[in-house]
Amino acid sequence: MKIFRFRGGIHPEGNKDPTACHPIARLPLPQRLYIPLQQHIGEPAAPEVEVGDHVLKGQRLARHQGSVSAPVHAPTSGRVIAIGDHMAPHPSGLPVQTITLEPDGEERWIETEPAVDPFALTRAEVSARVRDAGIVGLGGAAFPAAVKLDAGNRHPIDTLILNGGECEPYLTCDDRLMREGAGYVVEGVRLIANGLGAKRTVIAIEDNKPEALEAMRAAAAAHPGIHVLRVPSRYPMGSEKQLVTTVTGREIPAGKLSAEIGVSVHNVGTALAVCRAVRFGKPLVSRVVTVGGGAIRNPRNVVVPIGTPAGDLIDFCGGFTEPPTRVLMGGPMMGQVLPGLEAPVVKGTSGIIALTAAEAHAASERACLHCGRCVDVCPVGLVPLELAARVRAGRIDDAAELGMGDCLSCGCCAYVCPAHLPLAHLFNYAKGEIAARREAQRKAEETRKLAEARRLRLAAEAAAKAARRPARPAETVETES
Amino acid sequence: MTMILSVVAVAALGLALGWLLGLASQWLGATTDPVVERIAEALPGSQCGQCGFAGCAQAAAAVAAGDAPVTLCPPGGRAVAEKLAQILGATFDPGNLPDRGPLLARVRTDACIGCSRCIKSCPTDAILGATKQLHVVLEEACIGCGACAEVCPTGGIDLEGIPVTLRNWRWHKPGVGHA
Repeated sequence: MKIFRFRGGIHPEGNKDPTACHPIARLPLPQRLYIPLQQHIGEPAAPEVEVGDHVLKGQRLARHQGSVSAPVHAPTSGRVIAIGDHMAPHPSGLPVQTITLEPDGEERWIETEPAVDPFALTRAEVSARVRDAGIVGLGGAAFPAAVKLDAGNRHPIDTLILNGGECEPYLTCDDRLMREGAGYVVEGVRLIANGLGAKRTVIAIEDNKPEALEAMRAAAAAHPGIHVLRVPSRYPMGSEKQLVTTVTGREIPAGKLSAEIGVSVHNVGTALAVCRAVRFGKPLVSRVVTVGGGAIRNPRNVVVPIGTPAGDLIDFCGGFTEPPTRVLMGGPMMGQVLPGLEAPVVKGTSGIIALTAAEAHAASERACLHCGRCVDVCPVGLVPLELAARVRAGRIDDAAELGMGDCLSCGCCAYVCPAHLPLAHLFNYAKGEIAARREAQRKAEETRKLAEARRLRLAAEAAAKAARRPARPAETVETES
Repeated sequence: MTMILSVVAVAALGLALGWLLGLASQWLGATTDPVVERIAEALPGSQCGQCGFAGCAQAAAAVAAGDAPVTLCPPGGRAVAEKLAQILGATFDPGNLPDRGPLLARVRTDACIGCSRCIKSCPTDAILGATKQLHVVLEEACIGCGACAEVCPTGGIDLEGIPVTLRNWRWHKPGVGHA
């Protein structure tokens, strides 16, 4: 298969070996599980249990609300001891509605839907099972997977891409999953392809994972419709837009979805979860998390029940060798700062990475040299130095005009910047500001409509009153005569 | 001779063009000040009166005439102030604006007597309720103008800032400190 090249990109040091060489370990049940009701993009789930309830493993704790949402399930059997605020695994550290579960240690499963021949199911049934299992994109974005499957009904999908890029340094959870569960992953991707009606399936794996490539090739050998494609290791290969370009040569237009050009991209972990849900009726209650970084004593990949506090996971991996400079959720390029060790692992948590001072490369900022390296590496062809100057000066609208909205937040520009400008941070700020303005604009328009509606209503009432007034004397005249 | 000719020619030209301009101003002239119109468009249009003017149109006229600052509109906040400054070509100092952010009205359930005065005062019809029934504010429609709080006989309506949640949290500007 021909491989295409996307623009820009970088080659950061992989740092994957310390975790990639160990098999996936299983975390013993923690004391408490904190299961946020918002672990996905869209509306939060609505709780269905009450404090004091005993729940079984896999029992639904909260149902999805609205079209873009996902339910959450009990990761183990136990008792609900609280429903309320707990620190969100989000850089703000703000509280989020969370169900606190005290495991009873029995791991008793709820009766799940009977195992079926998954290839005998219709597309709608596959999508319904995926939705009911609470599956979201496990690559990090956490977009409800069923919504992506249903997009196949609106746009014809010709190519399904399974994203085994895992281009972020340190992260190896997808690598280990492909090595250890290749059969399930391939079955999952076949089910997704069925659900989407995709004609061809491409499993794209970066060439820094030869063992995973080998395992996936062996597992996919029996299925001629599936191509396992070796793609070069270049960050951000695992970004949807860049991967689509690499595999198909097509570019997703600005502001459009990949489905609109006939491509759907899913993560390796999502495929495995789909296989478990559709074949065995098991909801998404755990995931593989890479615990890595120089400050972790025994870095490795761990299967973790959703809701496990990050601190428990780090303790299981031997704790810290030195106080970390920064602890991240996800990889070091696009990951977010973990607000505290009590924040839980959620569906979208691909890694907990504790960086030492030497790894964090904290350096003080200097003036922009206008060297243009950020322009060379930007995978979407923006001019980061120009954008940064405008955002600094508060000219957010000008930055938006220069394409701020197309920024992936991949951090390539900040990575290569010799002046250590906080480019990624500036752009995150600018995008937030653009969103806030759009929201204010929307509200202003709503307000105008409401005020106008009120004006019309008052005018109509006044007119009705005026119409009644002369009628009355006329009536009295009639009755008198 | 040439001098007279050129004087006559230039005078005729001046008269003709002047006449054309006069006609154009009658046929194509703007009846209202376009700047006032653009400002009125940028204002929320809820006629809440918090700026001290009777309505948004009067406020727009005052801003255009320079009698009121661009920061006059509390519900519009920074976004509107910036837009007004842009229309007027004026510089805008966000430091002048009270940094309280948008507000929401909230009816205190223990104080509401169901008099329905706030319902009538609300410029966006954001309050629901009936006589002798508890009233409630629709957050989506409330612009935080405070008209309801002014008419409430029991002082039972509070104006509160919109709480920061995961949905409306934004990154702070680097180097400016945490927001």
